[in-house]
Amino acid sequence: MSRARADEEEYWHSSKFRAFTFDDEDDELSQLKESKRAVNSLRDIVDDDDDDLERVSWSGEPVGSKCRCTVCSLERFRSLQDKLVLLDEAVAGHDGNVITAVLIFLKRTLRREILFRELEVRQVALCHLIHFLRETGEQKFLLDLLRFLDRTEEVAVSIPRSLNVEKRREFLKSCIGLPFSAEDTSHIQDHYTLLERQIIIEANDRHLEMAGQSELFRKYPRKASILNMPLVTTLFYSCFYHYTEAEGTFSSPSNLKKTFKIPDKQYVLTALAARAKLRAWGDVDALFTTKNWLGYTKKKAPIGFHRVVEILQRNSAPVQVLQEYVRLVEDVETRLSLATKYKCHDVVIETYRDLKDRIQLIAYKSKVERGSAEDEKINSILNNMQIRWKN
Amino acid sequence: MAAHLSSGRVNLTALREAGRRELREFLDKCAGSKAIVWDEYLTGPFGLIAQYSLLKEHEVEKMFTLKPGRLPPADVKNIIFFVRPKLELMDIITDNVLREDRGRSPQRDFHILFVPRRSLLCEQWLKEQGVLGSFIHREQYSLDLIPFDGDLLSMESESAFKECYLESDQTSLYHAAKGLMTLQALYGTIPQIFGKGDCARHVANMMIRMKREFPGSQNSIFPVFDTLLLLDRNVDLLTPLATQLTYEGLIDEIYGIQNTYVKLPPEKFAPKKQGEGGKDLPTEPKKLQLNSAEELYAEIRDKNFNAVGSVLSKKAKIISAAFEERHHAKTVGEIKQFVSQLPHMQAARSSLANHTSIAELIKDITTSEDFFDNLTVEQEFMSGIDTDKVNNYIEDCIAQKHPLIKILRLVCLQSVCNSGLKQKVLDHYKREILQTYGYEHILTLNNLEKAGLLKPQTGGRNNYPTIRKTLRLWMDDVNEQNPNDISYVYSGYAPLSVRLAQLLARPGWRSIEEVLKMLPGPHFEERQQLPTGLQKKRQHGENRVTLVFFLGGVTYAEIAALRFLSQMEDGGTEYVIATTKLINGTTWIKSLMEKLEPAPF
Repeated sequence: MSRARADEEEYWHSSKFRAFTFDDEDDELSQLKESKRAVNSLRDIVDDDDDDLERVSWSGEPVGSKCRCTVCSLERFRSLQDKLVLLDEAVAGHDGNVITAVLIFLKRTLRREILFRELEVRQVALCHLIHFLRETGEQKFLLDLLRFLDRTEEVAVSIPRSLNVEKRREFLKSCIGLPFSAEDTSHIQDHYTLLERQIIIEANDRHLEMAGQSELFRKYPRKASILNMPLVTTLFYSCFYHYTEAEGTFSSPSNLKKTFKIPDKQYVLTALAARAKLRAWGDVDALFTTKNWLGYTKKKAPIGFHRVVEILQRNSAPVQVLQEYVRLVEDVETRLSLATKYKCHDVVIETYRDLKDRIQLIAYKSKVERGSAEDEKINSILNNMQIRWKN
Repeated sequence: MAAHLSSGRVNLTALREAGRRELREFLDKCAGSKAIVWDEYLTGPFGLIAQYSLLKEHEVEKMFTLKPGRLPPADVKNIIFFVRPKLELMDIITDNVLREDRGRSPQRDFHILFVPRRSLLCEQWLKEQGVLGSFIHREQYSLDLIPFDGDLLSMESESAFKECYLESDQTSLYHAAKGLMTLQALYGTIPQIFGKGDCARHVANMMIRMKREFPGSQNSIFPVFDTLLLLDRNVDLLTPLATQLTYEGLIDEIYGIQNTYVKLPPEKFAPKKQGEGGKDLPTEPKKLQLNSAEELYAEIRDKNFNAVGSVLSKKAKIISAAFEERHHAKTVGEIKQFVSQLPHMQAARSSLANHTSIAELIKDITTSEDFFDNLTVEQEFMSGIDTDKVNNYIEDCIAQKHPLIKILRLVCLQSVCNSGLKQKVLDHYKREILQTYGYEHILTLNNLEKAGLLKPQTGGRNNYPTIRKTLRLWMDDVNEQNPNDISYVYSGYAPLSVRLAQLLARPGWRSIEEVLKMLPGPHFEERQQLPTGLQKKRQHGENRVTLVFFLGGVTYAEIAALRFLSQMEDGGTEYVIATTKLINGTTWIKSLMEKLEPAPF
C-alpha cells in the first residue's frame, strides 16, 4: 500500500468528520435516516420475510444477487462516524444477524485499536463480537480484545480448545501474573501447580511402570494417565501408589495435602478409600489412631464412623476389621443397624448389654450359631447377676 | 389427526396447518424427486409439524442425517439440506458438496432450507469455502412457535437462556417476537400486554415496532387472546432448580421428554406371553408419545405423583368391568355393541398398562433414600431453613462424587433462596467442587454467577423470606390428592412465576408492587389498538384467555400449575403457555455448562 493510500485509509478510518459527498445534506438527521435505511435494507436481505400477514406466508425471495448488494450498501459508510451510527442502529434493531453483519464489516474496515475502543462503550455489540470470534475460532483476535478490555478473568477461562498439556501449562502460567480476584487467582495458581505436579508424577511413574521393578505397579497396573485429573482424584492416586513417601517428594500424599491445603475431612476420606482398596487395614487403623498427651491411643475421625464402615464394607473388609469401626459409631441406632446388617455379632451383643435390653439379646441368640463363641458370650452375659436388665 | 392440538380453548391446528403449507410450497419449488439431509436436532420439532407421509406426497424419497463425508447414493433429482444456521453445520455441508461426484449423471441439484432463519454469517462462510453458488434455492423456514399440545407452544431454542442472560444476544427474543406476530396474524391482535423483566420489555418493544412497520398487518380476525403475559426466566430462578413432583414432571426429570416423546428402559414393557419362558428381552428402549390425545395421560399428567396410584387402580377396575361385560352380552345387538367398543377398550387397556409400568419405574426412584434426602434438603431451602451455612448433605454428596449437575442444582437453589451466598460459604463450595470435579469447571461456575444462580450476597440483605411470605410461596398444608392451590406441584412450594400470573389475573399487580420491585427487571403494561368492531365483548361467565410466554424456559410443573388455575371454578382465566424451551433443572444447568475440551490423551 502506498504511503498516500495509507494516509487516506487513516483519514477515513479515524476521522470524526463526515465524508463529503455531492448529495450532502448537512444535518445529522439525514445521516441517521441513511443508517436506518441501510439497517432496514440489511434486515430485509438477511431476513427475507415477505410479511404479508394476511396470508401468513414466510416465503422468501431467492437472494442470489442481493448478497453482493449487501456488501455494496455497507461500503457507502466510509467515515468512522457513519460506521458508528450504522452500528448503533443495528444494535437498536436487536436482530443478531444484522449486528453480526455490521461487525464483520467494521472488523474488516477499521483499525483494531479504534474498533476496540468504540466497542468498549457498546456492551451489546461487544458481546456479539466476542461470541462471533468464539464461533469462528479467531483465538488471537479474541485474546487481544479481552486484554485490551482488561477482562482478564475471561482470558484465563477462555482456555483454547485442544491444547496439549505443555501448551496448557504455559498458558496457565501466563495467566498467573494478571490481576484477578483473590479467589480466582488462587484457583488458577492451584490449577497450574497441580498440572505441573501431574506432569512430574506421570513421567516418573510411567518410567517406574515400564521398568517393572515395582510390585505395586505390577499388581495394580495404572488404568489411565494422571494428567488433567481433578485434585481429589490425584490425591487418591497418590494415596494408592505413593502412600509411604515422605513429605519431601512431589508424589507424596502429605505433600499434596500441604500444597493444596486439602481439609482433613477430604484427606481422610480419600486416604481411607485408597488404603481400603489395597486392603491395607493397618494403614486404615493408623489413619484414625491418635496419641493423646498421656500416651494413650484413641480413635477419632473427622468424618462419622458410619461413613468409614460404609467404605470398608464396599471394599470387602473382613468382619473383624469392620467390627472395630462399627463399634465406634456414636449413634446407637445406626450402630445397631450396621452391626446387624454386616453380622458384627460382638458389637450387637455388647450394645444390647449396654442398653440392658434382655429381650433383644435373647432374640439375637437365634442369629448366631449354636455353641459358637458368640453364643457363649450371650449366655455368659445373660447369666450375669450383676446386670440390672430393663426388661 | 390433530386431536391433541384442538382439545384446548384455542385451536392450535391452524398454526400447524400454516407451517405445513409453507413446507409444501418449498418442497414443490424444488421440483422432482428429492432427498432431505437433516440436521438431527430438527427432526424432533419437524415431526410435530409434519410426518413423513406429507413429505412423501411431495416426492421426498429418501432422508439422511447430516454428517461429513460423501453423501449416500440416491437416485433423486434434488438434495435439500434442512439445517439450523450454525457454522459447524456449514462445514459439514461444504464437505458433502465438495465430495459430490460431478461426473455422475444425472446431476443432483442442491438446495438449503435454513430453520428458522437464514444467516448472513453462514452464507458468507459458504461463499468463502467456494460452495455458495452450488445451491439453487436458499430459503428460510420460520419455525418459531411449534404447537406441542392444545395449550402449549415452544420454540425449542435450547440456547435462548444462555444467549439472553449471559451473552446479551437477543436474537432469540427477536424470533419470539416474530413468532408472536405470526400468532396474532392467525388469532388476532392481542389487546393487552403485561410483562416483567428486561427480555419481556425488549420483546414487547419489538412487537410494537413490528406492528408499526407493517401497517398492512391490521387484520379482521376476532381476537382469541385477551392478554399476553411476558415473563423473564430470571424473575424466577428458583422453580426450575427444584425437583418436579408431578407425573409428567418426574418423567421429564428422570427420563427426559423430547418433542413429546420419551424413551424408557424396555424390560417392563416386554409383552408377557403365556408359555414363552424367558425369551430374549427387548434391548431397544421403549419409545412412547405423550400428549393429551391419550385420555388417561391427559388425566394424570399434571397430578402430583402421589395421587397417580389411586387413579390407575380405579381405572383398572373400570376397564376390567368393561371387559367383563362380554359375559353379559346376550343378544346379537348387545354383542355387536360390545365388539364395536372393543378397540377403544383395548386402547384404554394398553394405555393403562404403559402408565402402570412407568409409574412403577418412577416409584423405584422416588422411594429411594437418595431421592428422599435430596428432596428434604430442597424443601428446607425453599422454606427458608439454614440457607446461610454450608450444608452437610451437599458436602457429603461432593465427597462421594455424586453427579456434578445434582450438586450444582442444590448449591444454586441454596444461593437463590438466600439471595446469594455469604462469601465464605460460596468460596467453600467452589473450592470443594473444583477440587473434586476438576479446575476446568471454573468456567461453568463463572457462568452460573453471571446468570445470578450462584453468586455472593450483595448488600447483605436476603429478600427471599419477604418474597416468600408475601406471595405465599411455601404452603405447609398441601393436599396432594385433591389440591386447592398450585403448591401441590412441588408438594409445598408454589412456583413464583405462576403466582405472578395468578395475581395478575386477580387482584392485579398493584397489590404486590413492593415485591415486584425486588424481582429483577421492569414490569409494564401495553395496550394494542384493535380495529373498531373487534373489541371483545365477553359473555357473562366466559373466561378470559391469557397467553403466558416464558422467555428462557418453562418446566412441566409450571405448566401443570397453570392448567390447575385454568380448571379452577370461578378462576376467570384460561391459560395457553408459550416458551423458548421446555426445560428441567438438569437440562437447564447443562445449557449453562461450558463445553470442556477433550482430554489430549
